[in-house]
Amino acid sequence: MKTTEEIYKSLKEKFNDSIIELNSSLPVEPVIIVNPQSIDDVCLFLKENSEFKFDSLMCLSGVDDANGEKATNDDGSSVIKGGTLSVVYHLESIELKHKLVLKVSVNRDNPEVKSVAGIWRHADWHEREAYDLIGIKFLNHPDLRRILMPYDWEAGHPLRKDYQNPEFYQGMKVPY
Amino acid sequence: MGILDKQFTDDNIVITTTEDLFNWARLSSLWQVGFGLACCAIEMMATSASHYDFDRFGVIPRPSPRQSDVIIVSGTVTLKMAIRVKRLYEQMPDPKYVISMGSCSNCGGPYWEHGYHVLKGVDRVIPVDVYIPGCPPRPEALLEGLLKLQEKIRNESLVKKSA
Repeated sequence: MKTTEEIYKSLKEKFNDSIIELNSSLPVEPVIIVNPQSIDDVCLFLKENSEFKFDSLMCLSGVDDANGEKATNDDGSSVIKGGTLSVVYHLESIELKHKLVLKVSVNRDNPEVKSVAGIWRHADWHEREAYDLIGIKFLNHPDLRRILMPYDWEAGHPLRKDYQNPEFYQGMKVPY
Repeated sequence: MGILDKQFTDDNIVITTTEDLFNWARLSSLWQVGFGLACCAIEMMATSASHYDFDRFGVIPRPSPRQSDVIIVSGTVTLKMAIRVKRLYEQMPDPKYVISMGSCSNCGGPYWEHGYHVLKGVDRVIPVDVYIPGCPPRPEALLEGLLKLQEKIRNESLVKKSA
């Protein structure tokens, strides 16, 4: 069993700049912030290494941090410019009985994160959901389609904080 | 009922109007499309099961819309599902009836304001005959809705178009 601090130390030694920081000031578990372009390498290491053996990805969540600048469009609708979107990974080792939280933050205008679907198979649908509802693009994902909304949904990603629902979808009125 | 009241002395002869006969036949064997959408479907299944026994009114689930008379829209109709619900309805042969069961399919229910994915009432895609309020409605309410539909069919006319 390893604490997050110990894991952070080992990761920092191995990956150096790819591991950005350890945030322990939160009211929840400490979080390791990772570079979104090397999250797949870090995860593969955490899974394969005999000291860590993170064989289970408990949860993968997309987050709209909504920390950009709030602006108003010409038509009066508000939009968020700049800032970040995040993905949070909750890992668990069933064998060694320890847990870990990883987080990556990406630019809102070009949210690209490396996929971990090749490492844990169940990340596939989690990433599709994060793509569908928040709009994070997962590079190297085997099948990045919408999973909940219709495939022809053109109004964007519904759980973004500046999302605007359309008036009509396929001739059906959407608002109440 | 008015159908079996004028008997001849011979027990095997009954006279009635075509209208009454048709209406009686239709309301007595309402076969429903065997499909459900959300938690209302659980209540619908409970209504079908032995305790409430939908079958005593001639209601049995059919696995094909082409052999069905009534569609019970039981649950939240998402925009994605609305297209399928409409297609199911269009596949049913006339005369066909629609029961909208529960707040979600009546008007969007708890999703009326922030449900970006929910159709705010199934009557936006198919014509509804009976609305049953509730979230979800109890089996008694669904039975009441069915009796209302039977009442509606009983008063239908072959020459006058209803609604």
